[in-house]
Amino acid sequence: MGMDAPTEDSVLAEIINALLPFKKSDEPITAETEIARDLKLDSLAVMDLLMVLEDKFDVSIPLNMVAEITTVGQLAKAVRDQKAGA
Amino acid sequence: MGLFDRFQELRAAHGQIKACGADPFGVKMDRILSSTEAEIEGRHTILCGSNNYLGLTFDADSLAAAKASLDKYGTGTTGSRIANGSYDDHKALEQDLADFYGKQHCMVFTTGYQANLGAISTLAGPGDYLLVDADSHASIYDACRLGHATVIRFKHNDPADLDKRLARLAKEPGNKIVVVEGIYSMLGDHAPLKEFVAVKKKHGAYLLVDEAHSMGVMGKTGRGCLEHDGVDADVDFITGTFSKSMGAIGGFLISDHPDFDILRVACRPYMFTASLPPSIVASVRASLARLRAEPEMMTRLWQNVDTLYDGLQAKGFRLGKQRGPVVAVHINGPELAAMAWHGLLSNGVYVNLALPPATPSGTALLRCSVCAAHTTEQLEQVIEALGEVGRQLGIIPAEDGAGQVRAAAE
Ligand SMILES: Cc1ncc(COP(=O)(O)O)c(C=O)c1O
Repeated sequence: MGMDAPTEDSVLAEIINALLPFKKSDEPITAETEIARDLKLDSLAVMDLLMVLEDKFDVSIPLNMVAEITTVGQLAKAVRDQKAGA
Repeated sequence: MGLFDRFQELRAAHGQIKACGADPFGVKMDRILSSTEAEIEGRHTILCGSNNYLGLTFDADSLAAAKASLDKYGTGTTGSRIANGSYDDHKALEQDLADFYGKQHCMVFTTGYQANLGAISTLAGPGDYLLVDADSHASIYDACRLGHATVIRFKHNDPADLDKRLARLAKEPGNKIVVVEGIYSMLGDHAPLKEFVAVKKKHGAYLLVDEAHSMGVMGKTGRGCLEHDGVDADVDFITGTFSKSMGAIGGFLISDHPDFDILRVACRPYMFTASLPPSIVASVRASLARLRAEPEMMTRLWQNVDTLYDGLQAKGFRLGKQRGPVVAVHINGPELAAMAWHGLLSNGVYVNLALPPATPSGTALLRCSVCAAHTTEQLEQVIEALGEVGRQLGIIPAEDGAGQVRAAAE
């Protein structure tokens, strides 16, 4: 693992930042926010988001993981896991 | 929750589209009059969304070959190649295609969708990596889900982005297969194959090109974008379809790989579905022979492309950036696009309504496709009808000004 391994909070914060344009209410986006249900991202938007995060964290996030990701927190965990495994 | 409850949003969206006056996804063609005309709801209609690029659906040789084959071999094979055997024409067609592409091996599938499904899901195994263009056709995405490889998506037509993503995988031991299309079906733009080849070589990856919309369209002899870009020798796998320029149905996979034939007993979308009916195979053989004998057919196609592209541009429409037989007209939003689509149909012009998520980046399109058999008059009618509908709906300025301004600037 590299020295620049992102912390749990920094990954979550970056993802929340990237999701701000999709915010549908005054409710803050948290780890529990559901990406499809609460933010209405369709599958294409989720795939586009993954690409952005791949570049932000210089990591590969396979599309295979999309099916298992429902919440913002799960997405953050996926990024951290990929980074740790890299 | 009921079985169909999760389609609620889809049903609502489809309902909104149907409210334009007709269901764009349920058009009934009452009679097909030629490769460019049909009768729809009693109206004579110009077909400008059929993918019938060479207009071979009523080619006399293809029709005769299909009819003769029907009498000789019957209506169907009633099973797959591995279960019920290959007819001589299946083998002959594979040889024809391999010759045409100048490669060793060819496998024919029952559709182009299945060719992608089979090729991509079987070539990339567990531990391997598929790198797919972000704007890939549904058959490529579905292939990714059918197989067991790890799937990474790169920015559309962006070799530098592919390079970056392949670099991240440099230490991974699995094989890497890059998947792109020659001409993209929705916006009609072409992959920069030379640049993609350079990137795949740099990383020791394989390259698969789906030439569905470019066979019989691009390249001097019609082999597609790989011929046009001069990268025949560097493309590892080619997939394609007979449902567009060949005017029939079916798909294929082509390669020089020495172990190719093992795919015939490993590739599920080849093994577990019935093979093409012999009459179809015969018509495709005749259509391919026609293309090989008369590549000039493509000249007429490209003249027609210019007529439609220039005509629509002069009207002030926003078109797909690269000119080609897929001419995509950008419309602001699905409802407006549906209204325009219906207006065209009412005026005797059939094009495709293409909406997200089938289109890239949420754009709504009136997708036109050009046919070598279109007459200039037909295309002028299409341009006029689009202009009329576009003005009525405010898609283009009321005056035909945009074209004049542009013409003056040139
Ligand atoms: C790029 C692309 N690949 C594959 C296919 C599938 O072709 P077919 O109609 O033969 O299943 C299509 C057409 O729908 C396509 O546009």
